[in-house]
Amino acid sequence: MAPSHKLTRRQVLKGTAAVGALGMLGSLDWLGQAWGAQDKVKMGFIFVGPRDDYGYNQAHFEGKSAVAKLDWVKAFDEEKVPETIEVQKSMESMVQLDGAQVLFPTSFGYFDPHILKVAPQYPNVLFLHCGGLYQEGKHPKNVGSYFGYIDESQYVAGIVAGGMTKTGKLGFVAAKPIPQVLRNINSYTLGARSVRPNCTTNVIFTGDWSLPVREAEATNSLVDQGIDVITCHVDSPKVVMTTAEKRGIYCTGYHVNQSKLAPRGYLTGAEWNWAKVYMDYADMIRKGQKVPNLVRGGLKEGLVRVSDYNQVVTESVRKQADAAKAKFMSGAMIVYKGPLKDNAGNVAIPAGKEYVQTDYWLESMDWLVEGVIGSTKS
Amino acid sequence: MEVGWWGVLIAVLGGAIRIGTPFLFVSLGECLTEKSGRINLGLEGTLVMGAMTGYAIALHSGSPWLGVLCAGLAGMLLGALHSWLCSFQRVNDIAVGIAMMLFGTGLAFFLGKPYIQPSAPRLPSIDLGGWSHVPQLQAALQINGLFLIGIIVAIALRWILKNTSWGLKVRVVGESADAARALGLPVDRIRLLSTAQGGFLAGIGGSYLSLYYPFNWSEGLSSGQGLMAVALVIFARWQPLACLWVSLLWGGAAALGPALQSVGITYGYYIFNAIPYIMTLAVMIITCSPRRNLLGAPHELTITR
Amino acid sequence: MAGGRGNRFDQVVSMDVPKNLHKALEPFLIIVGSLSVSMVLFGGFVAAAGANPIEVYHTMYRAAFGSSFSWQNTLVRATPLMLTALCTALPGYLGLIIIGGEGAVVIGGLAAALAALTMPTAPPMVVLTTMAFVGMVAGGIWLAIGGALRHYRAVNETISSLLLNYIAIAVLNHLVTSTFRDPESLNHPSTYHIGEANMIGLIPGTDLHWGLVFGIVACVLAWFLMHRTVFGFGSQIAGGNVRAAQIAGLPVGRLILIVCFVAGAAGGLAGMVEVAAIHGRANDTLNANYGYAGILVAFVARNNPLAILPVAVLLGGIRASSGLLQRAHELPDATVLVMQGIIFLVILFSETLYGRFSQLQKQGVA
Repeated sequence: MAPSHKLTRRQVLKGTAAVGALGMLGSLDWLGQAWGAQDKVKMGFIFVGPRDDYGYNQAHFEGKSAVAKLDWVKAFDEEKVPETIEVQKSMESMVQLDGAQVLFPTSFGYFDPHILKVAPQYPNVLFLHCGGLYQEGKHPKNVGSYFGYIDESQYVAGIVAGGMTKTGKLGFVAAKPIPQVLRNINSYTLGARSVRPNCTTNVIFTGDWSLPVREAEATNSLVDQGIDVITCHVDSPKVVMTTAEKRGIYCTGYHVNQSKLAPRGYLTGAEWNWAKVYMDYADMIRKGQKVPNLVRGGLKEGLVRVSDYNQVVTESVRKQADAAKAKFMSGAMIVYKGPLKDNAGNVAIPAGKEYVQTDYWLESMDWLVEGVIGSTKS
Repeated sequence: MEVGWWGVLIAVLGGAIRIGTPFLFVSLGECLTEKSGRINLGLEGTLVMGAMTGYAIALHSGSPWLGVLCAGLAGMLLGALHSWLCSFQRVNDIAVGIAMMLFGTGLAFFLGKPYIQPSAPRLPSIDLGGWSHVPQLQAALQINGLFLIGIIVAIALRWILKNTSWGLKVRVVGESADAARALGLPVDRIRLLSTAQGGFLAGIGGSYLSLYYPFNWSEGLSSGQGLMAVALVIFARWQPLACLWVSLLWGGAAALGPALQSVGITYGYYIFNAIPYIMTLAVMIITCSPRRNLLGAPHELTITR
Repeated sequence: MAGGRGNRFDQVVSMDVPKNLHKALEPFLIIVGSLSVSMVLFGGFVAAAGANPIEVYHTMYRAAFGSSFSWQNTLVRATPLMLTALCTALPGYLGLIIIGGEGAVVIGGLAAALAALTMPTAPPMVVLTTMAFVGMVAGGIWLAIGGALRHYRAVNETISSLLLNYIAIAVLNHLVTSTFRDPESLNHPSTYHIGEANMIGLIPGTDLHWGLVFGIVACVLAWFLMHRTVFGFGSQIAGGNVRAAQIAGLPVGRLILIVCFVAGAAGGLAGMVEVAAIHGRANDTLNANYGYAGILVAFVARNNPLAILPVAVLLGGIRASSGLLQRAHELPDATVLVMQGIIFLVILFSETLYGRFSQLQKQGVA
């Protein structure tokens, strides 16, 4: 890249001064001296699983690879770091031995207690967690969160699924009934029912994030029950996609684009766009701008996207899906608005109430919307 | 076609075959190994290595069956390594097995990184359910040739162990190494061959996982299946045909959890998913007794001494 | 074995090497030799993978033992292994092969976390003591089930302990996501937090929590129990020959139950330490495979609790090096698995070399 991207001392001082002035707004603190010595921004990434799992971790790894291509960035990563004290040691090691200036521990379970324990010891290093948990005043200032509202992509995928299903039965193979997963299930169902009001979504919880045999069994069981479009929320959707393809039904993907795995049946999918997030962060850091503690967004902000449609997707369905996408882009789409019932018959959202995506109430979702066959209780 | 609750039965039937096949191969392999007096806990690593090798070769050559064969060969090498190490005095075969588990798994993951993304050709299915007009039953009875091969191997192994001189040699070596030596039998070589052949079968079992069901090569492939299969051999009292029934039973029980959820039984799915383990433990408690236990166990096995 | 070595020395007397020195040197030489050979093999492996072996060695050293940070990283990973290795090592004296450490850790951790919640107002030392006690009892019972099944129903203890592992994990997951779930632990179902005040602290001046001391003390006590008490002696006899022990009047069944209980208590303590020193809650991360790693440590240490300490540190060091290996050399995490496999295979193989030195000496002189 052009040499003008190199940081001069003046820029550093300016940046630091600017940041200091904005310190009152709870921005992330900066250390000028970490800058002066090296020109490159040093970013460390930590994945909880293998970086090529065709799913969650791969999405982050692809983001890391994109930002590593910039010649003013030095990016390094560790894979398969469990959510125990080992991740604390990994973070410390990256800071002490590699001089990391910003860390991206990408698994949800890394935040509490691990990031919260390590971050205060290194106030000059940024700890940016993928999960949206940061709370102003409660957490250290050098901690931040980012998260994408992938349920918006699932909503669009749901529209495609609802439009293409013949039996009216959709399937969802999920790992655990936690709010992030429930939100995806609900958005998918709401999207589907917006074009086909009586369709249902059967949910099967496998119990853990990566259980290939159980995911395959769950897919087979769902197909036996008449499901003809399936999606999932597990760490690696590969098994669900290939099993669906073998049984001859449609599927929509998750995390990354799996169309190669199911060329006939892969209608569309909900994908992360972490590359944009990481590039944005790198750019902010390079320019010495204050990095916001909370970065969240959906389709509009470009943090998530929807896979291209399969050629079998009919024109009318495409139009409906595109219309929804456009509405998201304009910021006009509200997925969670009342009146909305849950699948036990109770009122989940009363009439007149609506929740925007950034609303914290959605982060503690523990119900399944009407039309979902399944239970959140284990 | 609506099947409702019959879906659970169909899933159990299909699962018995689908999930049970790799267990069948690994337990038959371990059965042979243990008959010769050697216990090979490293089959978990062999399974994963077989899965990786099968997938990689299938990808490169375009033929999944060639992949299966090479998976077996890879398993054979690992089994031979295990047996060679254990043939030295005082080397504990259980410990070596666990170390081999790490080694085999690590090697497979290491070499297998480039093969996670691409899609290998899948092993073909044989449609045994053509007589049924229930599509779900047809799907459940879509089995892979390896299952039929497994049945043949089980029958053949039983016959070989009982009726051939080689089988007799293996059994003698497993019952008493001293007696075998007195007879002039090359104890270490027979154990090496048995363990290698056991590894061959285990490697094939692994290739089934990656090339047929769940048709996936990745680092999350096995969750202790190789280890469980070794346990199943004891459960089957070292009888090859019993290994077949036990594997089917296991596969059916493993399919129960997801199938129940699909018809609406959603409470306690962690417990339902643990049914295979609970069932095995219960059956063992009921059927074992201090007098009858270890009947059929080769006396040279370290776990029985 | 020991007697045989003594005899051969009579012929080597002209070497004037004290008998004890030779006997003490042998294990040391063999271990150092094993580590060297495995390093060479591993070096060959990484060379084939495209990395520079010398640099890899240096990185591993740097990551595991090269600085105070590295040492602490290694020790903190070794801590749970010291305890879970006892789950396999102690029953090993009785000739039992138990691989149920994982279950003991999980059940012990869960029980400890729940116990802490029953006393929200008690002072921290009371809470911690109760947690340790409850964790040990729960883990002890879990492993003793396997021992009991073996003694009363002749159920093979290897399988039963393996099955109990999976059942324990299922029980943990079920309870943590339903009955005992903290509703605030939204995306990571866990029990309620035991309270910051109740957490085990760090050893002053270091980054290590007191769990390390638990591990060391447990191993020393275990060694003492098995090698310096009548109980331990009786267990070894029962392990060598059950019939002889029964004829001698030893209560074999009771020995089995007690030893399994003590072994399980060590595992349960490891679980309690995970909860009290690190997470503050019980959740699925209790299932961190410490139990399985402990099996290997026990076997390599030949069930000797004192030897467990250095072996656990070795394994901790190997695992500590994974991170830096990934970052500095672009090697995948699986590299560390291969290294573990190679090192332990070579060490296990070297078992056969004990006693051979004396034979070589004899041949050399005569």
